[in-house]
Amino acid sequence: MSEPQLPPALNAQATAGESPETLANGEWHRMHPLTPLFKGGLVLIIIAGIVIANMRDRLIAWAVDLFTPEEAHYDNYGGADPVDWVLSNNLILVALLSVLGLAIVLVLIFWFVWRFQQFRITGDHVEVRKGLIFRSHRRAPLDRVQGVNLTRPFPARIIGLAKLEVVGAGNDANVELEYLATPRAESVRADILRLASGARAARHAALNPQAPAATPAGVPTSARAQLVGSMNAGVNGLIAGVDLADVVPESVVKIPTGRLVGSQLISGLLWFVFFAAIFAIAFGSALIGMLVDGDTGGSVVLLGLGLGMGVPMVIAVVGITWAQISKSLRYSIAPTPDGVRITYGLLTTVTETLPPGRIFAVEVSQSLLWRPFGWWTIKINRMSGKSAAQQSSGSGQQFNVVLPVGKRADVERVLGLVLPDVPAESIPQLWEQGIVGPVEGDPYRRMPRRAWWRRPVSWKRHGYLVADFGLLLRRGNVWRKLAVFPLARLQGVSLSQGPIDRTQRVSGAQVHTVPGPITGYLSGLERADALALLDDVSRAAAEAASKDTSHRWSEHAAAAPAPPQPPAPPTYSGPPPAVPPLAPPAPGARPAPFAPPAPPSALPAPPSAPPAPPASAPLPPVAPPAPPVAAPPAVPPVAPPPPSQAPVPPAVPPVPPTTPPAHPEQ
Amino acid sequence: MTQNPETAPLNPAEGTDLDALDQGTYTQLRTARNEARLELDGTWHQISPRYVVSQILQNVLFIVVVAAAAVVLNLVLHQQWVWIPAGVILLITVFALIILPRQAKAIGYMLRADDIVFRKGILWQRMIAVPYGRMQLVDITQGPLDRAFGIAQLKMVTAAATTGVQIPGLTQGAAEALRDTLIHVAETRRTGL
Repeated sequence: MSEPQLPPALNAQATAGESPETLANGEWHRMHPLTPLFKGGLVLIIIAGIVIANMRDRLIAWAVDLFTPEEAHYDNYGGADPVDWVLSNNLILVALLSVLGLAIVLVLIFWFVWRFQQFRITGDHVEVRKGLIFRSHRRAPLDRVQGVNLTRPFPARIIGLAKLEVVGAGNDANVELEYLATPRAESVRADILRLASGARAARHAALNPQAPAATPAGVPTSARAQLVGSMNAGVNGLIAGVDLADVVPESVVKIPTGRLVGSQLISGLLWFVFFAAIFAIAFGSALIGMLVDGDTGGSVVLLGLGLGMGVPMVIAVVGITWAQISKSLRYSIAPTPDGVRITYGLLTTVTETLPPGRIFAVEVSQSLLWRPFGWWTIKINRMSGKSAAQQSSGSGQQFNVVLPVGKRADVERVLGLVLPDVPAESIPQLWEQGIVGPVEGDPYRRMPRRAWWRRPVSWKRHGYLVADFGLLLRRGNVWRKLAVFPLARLQGVSLSQGPIDRTQRVSGAQVHTVPGPITGYLSGLERADALALLDDVSRAAAEAASKDTSHRWSEHAAAAPAPPQPPAPPTYSGPPPAVPPLAPPAPGARPAPFAPPAPPSALPAPPSAPPAPPASAPLPPVAPPAPPVAAPPAVPPVAPPPPSQAPVPPAVPPVPPTTPPAHPEQ
Repeated sequence: MTQNPETAPLNPAEGTDLDALDQGTYTQLRTARNEARLELDGTWHQISPRYVVSQILQNVLFIVVVAAAAVVLNLVLHQQWVWIPAGVILLITVFALIILPRQAKAIGYMLRADDIVFRKGILWQRMIAVPYGRMQLVDITQGPLDRAFGIAQLKMVTAAATTGVQIPGLTQGAAEALRDTLIHVAETRRTGL
């Protein structure tokens, strides 16, 4: 069951077009053997701390003795500690033996902990079971995966271990695989994303032979595969772990270190001013009190106050700023077929993969201090799968920042990545009208003049716009903000109107979405605008949701009629290879949609069967999809089903392809 | 039910009849008189008057308990201060009792083509629209007094923590019909989250 570490020579194997050995084969696998060391490492550190505390005097005496042999003497050290006791009673052998025994017991415990910690990835679920006495078995459905985080904590990173976190939707819903060797973790991540995407193993095994047929240039198979791998867009490349081991991927946006440090220092300056104000108040009041009393001996009090308050405050400011900087360093964001990949962190690196359709709100914002530099930051609301306590911690917040600091060009590119539904041509419009502020002919429904006192500074900006792709909320003037709520994932809209609102004929409104840093509150909207919001948004949200294909993203991308560029994943430049293989295996392979997760090496027949026809004849891939479309005119295999009809339940992927063969048989 | 002839009407689940929603309920929605109030086209379904009876009974029981506790503390233990907190609690409860019938008449819900709208409040009016496809679960709860009066509370949960729609005082039949309809519609329109 447990297998040794993957050989590093896997790359060559993968690029050769063969299916590599995958961990997603429905078998139980074990974590890395050193896992207990890092998970139970805290206990060891505490024990070491106690031992060192016991030895401290001896160590000091020894060091003093070493450097100043004349002034202090080792013999003068009169403290009694275990070493003395052992030496004086001549128990060296017993002591060494007991230390050895302790070590053996520890190793045994570790071994047991490791032995009973296993994970399994089947076609539909990822499962982790652990514990010897208190057993736990956690199982998460793959089609509800909200993201996959690959964290390399600093100590574990040195020896090449990584922690994989499968983010679920809910409170404390994450499945953690800790720790795995980094290449293995990357391969598991790729497997999980591939399975979550609804693309079956067979389809992806067929990807490489299919590829040359789809490219008109006729690139040789291996070259094409290498290209795909090097562009970080090939699934096989992902499985083989070619992606950012520590090489930053083909990054779309990178932040210059200077800008990052500068932006965080400016934010730190704010903290500094805040603390300095408190400090000045305390100091000033003490000084006044001293002068009034005529107490001359108060300088000691002042000094104590200065040190007692000043030093912790400076430490706090430096600490906050450094934490922000070190977390955001080496930031990069890049598109992959399985979603947006964000990497950041200097010592502890975190790689997050956000599949499409898992972002519930996006907000571009800028504080007043950043305005002279033209810097912006982008935050998102997402299901983090963490409990409220974990979310409020620093590391939880970091998961919500998509762009720590960036200029306009960066913001536009990141917006294009995290909001794939937004057409590229409307992003500049988004910028001019929404982010920067009202322009001539402003389409936003704004707060009327009579309600200005609700937002004295920003009432001219405060408003909303319902676009095709989402609901835009433009707010704030000192902190300029533009929030985009994708309509397909909007959870509801509410209006509230108090007596004062009513006399002014306005109403407050709130857009509901998953918990996160972005709130959706608008106040003082014109009554008609508020009611229109309630009407339009629900209708548009229902429409968008029925068109939304992000549930199992590449499945829908593959089942789309055959556009050269599938719409759902923004940069999925791969061919639409799944259309031809879908049709041939449909009658036979239908009963078990997820049979192929069995190891492809052990079961070569199903994966290799579909690609066979296109491989033998390079041209036909375009032809096979045609007959199914033509035969049943009533049921075209279009991905978005009509909203009024009962749509196909998303958990049953092969329905559209299987209906065409059914009709000719009748 | 649907105000808009073009949009397809809401299809109820098999075997449930939406007529149950309007049996034994209030028939006239109470709203603010000001013209600037929030209004939607369409018919509001309302809740059962038995909800008010049940709530009044609960509040009266509460008042009795609080008053009894205060009297005991005052007479047996000779604590005079106890009338201050007890008086505040009793005042608030009595005020809630007075406005309760008005509040109950302002509660309503509307089943539209794409969403369910819930409204409440007269002075502070609130309306929330939840698209059908976003509902994660529908929950019916019933306390002992509610059961005696044959009413139930229906709660809709979405992925957002803030939506939390709770419709109190539905008749048993209305709650079940509404739940079945909502789940039926939610299943056919559900997406990931």
